[in-house]
Amino acid sequence: MSLSQTNFVRQEMLPQEPAPLSARGAISWIRQNLVATPKDAVLTILALFLLAWFVPPAVDWLFIKAAWFGTDRSVCATVAQGGVQPDGWSGACWAFVGSKFEQFLFGRYPVDERWRPMVVGVLFVILLVPMLMPKLPHKGINAILLFGVLPVFSFILLPGGLFGLPFVETALWGGLMVTLILSFVGIAVSLPLGIVLALGRRSKMPVIKMLCTMFIEIVRGIPLITVLFMASVMLPLFLPQGVTFDKFLRALIGVSMFASAYMAEVVRGGLQAIPKGQYEGADSLGLSFWQKMNLIVLPQALKLVIPGIVNTFIGLFKDTSLVSIIGMFDLLGIVRLNFSDANWASAVTPMTGLVFAGFIFWLFCFGMSRYSGFMERMLDKGHKR
Amino acid sequence: MTVDATTPSGKNHQSSGSLIYDPKVRGIFYQAVTLIVLALVIYWVIDNTVENLRRANIASGFGFLNGRAGFDPGQKLIAFTSDSTYGRALIVGFTNTMLVAITGIITATIIGFIVGIGRMSHNWLISRLSLAYVELFRNIPPLLVIFFWYSGVLAVLPQARDAISLPFTTYLSNRGLAFPSPVFGEWAFLTFLALIVAIVASVLLARWSNKRQMATGQTFPLLRSIAGLVIGLPLLVFLLTGAPLTFDYPIAGKFNLTGGSVIGPEFMSLFLALSFYTAAFIAEIVRAGIRGVSKGQTEAAHALGIRPSLTTRLVVVPQAMRIIIPPLTSQYLNLTKNSSLAIAVGYADLVALGGTILNQTGQSIEIVTIWIIVYLSLSLLTSVFMNWFNAKMALVER
Repeated sequence: MSLSQTNFVRQEMLPQEPAPLSARGAISWIRQNLVATPKDAVLTILALFLLAWFVPPAVDWLFIKAAWFGTDRSVCATVAQGGVQPDGWSGACWAFVGSKFEQFLFGRYPVDERWRPMVVGVLFVILLVPMLMPKLPHKGINAILLFGVLPVFSFILLPGGLFGLPFVETALWGGLMVTLILSFVGIAVSLPLGIVLALGRRSKMPVIKMLCTMFIEIVRGIPLITVLFMASVMLPLFLPQGVTFDKFLRALIGVSMFASAYMAEVVRGGLQAIPKGQYEGADSLGLSFWQKMNLIVLPQALKLVIPGIVNTFIGLFKDTSLVSIIGMFDLLGIVRLNFSDANWASAVTPMTGLVFAGFIFWLFCFGMSRYSGFMERMLDKGHKR
Repeated sequence: MTVDATTPSGKNHQSSGSLIYDPKVRGIFYQAVTLIVLALVIYWVIDNTVENLRRANIASGFGFLNGRAGFDPGQKLIAFTSDSTYGRALIVGFTNTMLVAITGIITATIIGFIVGIGRMSHNWLISRLSLAYVELFRNIPPLLVIFFWYSGVLAVLPQARDAISLPFTTYLSNRGLAFPSPVFGEWAFLTFLALIVAIVASVLLARWSNKRQMATGQTFPLLRSIAGLVIGLPLLVFLLTGAPLTFDYPIAGKFNLTGGSVIGPEFMSLFLALSFYTAAFIAEIVRAGIRGVSKGQTEAAHALGIRPSLTTRLVVVPQAMRIIIPPLTSQYLNLTKNSSLAIAVGYADLVALGGTILNQTGQSIEIVTIWIIVYLSLSLLTSVFMNWFNAKMALVER
């Protein structure tokens, strides 16, 4: 039997054929994702119309027609309004943001002293970045530096008045600096306080439980602005004559109190999700209450509610913008204050300033939510169903 | 060392320290300390407050509510002149809060459901657009959105005399949106009466049809008949009474628009901002709710031969609603609380008017108490509803 008599038998593998044209490439992607059904096609066309209606004018306004350089309002105003732009012009006034940029960062902090918030900011970034990277060692020291040493250092450096530094009253503070200080302190205070309140609400002692529940429910039931009003109007009333609180400190107290109540509810959710066996196991090992909480319950509970905790942080960061209502100049407040600057007032200034402030807020909040997603995946030990 | 546990000394130790280590005794001690400290703090605060009030010559109590307000809150739903009392001003504020909250809730729900369902779409473009919407509005402070509409968009609209004219003789200018206001004729109340009758009849009809279907399995074209009833009956009465409705159209004058009704830019910016902001959160809730219904439910329904539209209506939506409604109510509550941001643009809501009164009279404790009571009752009502709903909707298991 020679080989030539047998039917053809292939000895080697054929090279793989590419998938048919209808199942690969851009055309198939479009068919599957954009025009799979007639209804889809209609929706796609509607969406394209929406994009065409919205995106080109937005890009045009933000970048193409925008006034990038200039020293006063004339670059952002039409001829009729006393500027250089042609009639009917409307575009972003980035020159305004550029010239006010330092003010947006530091508020009305004296120009000669602005190195102080800058030093604090640089230190904050240097300490925060390694804190956020899970792979880097020495988290304990890092945390002590970030949450213990840095606040004390900033508390001396920013107001000054010591070691020959000129005193800068908090009424002059403003801009992103105030937003960040308020959120940092709010975050640093609300997490521990929220944990204590949550534990108190689940306590077996009726008095403690009632007090914590009342605090949480009242604060959660009313808007932040009323809490801030309480802090700014009623706190001075409660204190003896002559004792005054700084306005900034009062806002800090209000924001921290408000965030703690929300944090407490988030933490309580985590505590309730821990099976009873964990509590009983800790008890049977003879651990004290705080050992039980610190070693067994809280590590598990807090991990469960990371998304909720970060959501509260994001909410807190957004809520700091409300202090502009009680007359402080956070990022939003200082941007709005500059709308009335005669040197820059024009029809497009408010919109430009708000777009800029919105972008900064968005950047921080979006960053936080992305980081929380990353942490969630990192800490996920596979217990999830 | 090894036998310590069995020696009598160990027992001794236990009994001698029992009082200190007894959790019950400790608990009572801690609570007593807390109460004493709290009582001292409250005493100190009240003492200081009384002293401060006496020094500032402010009489505490709610008597000031009968005082003459002397200001005009701008937008108002009930009659109010500057001669009216502070108490009435607060009621105006409350109605304004409820107005923006209710309209905002309706719009936010509509936008939120559209975007939330869009997020689930197989259409790449639609789902990406919805995602972009959610990520944009969730990460921006609501106050900034309010200012965006107020000083970014509405304030730079043209003056009233060159107002932008929109369909149905409405005009948009920096004074707000002017639209024809309806003027009802003598017999118009009959139309409203007919509407109420139609709604009551629809409820009765639905009950009857449900009962019949349970008993006999026969279905009744319920949706169509209700639509016919609710739209048809008032329309019929309206035409029979000779269409007693005319419109007062806004007319563009030399300097201002006259006639018609005007929605001020304060209300519009607050309403738009709250709707768009809350809608982003509602969208995520809706998405989570729909995703929370396992695919097996849909597949089982299909296996039973239930049509896709009925599957959605009878299987998916009721189960998704069970997940959606509790967080949705808390979003509604958030929107109501966020409406207090009205003070930033000068819309006369409860907090803004309260703030004005607070500045005029100095009655800070009373005003803050009123705020707390109003907002707490709203949230209490919401949680009562939520508990009722949860009890009604909870899974009935064996």
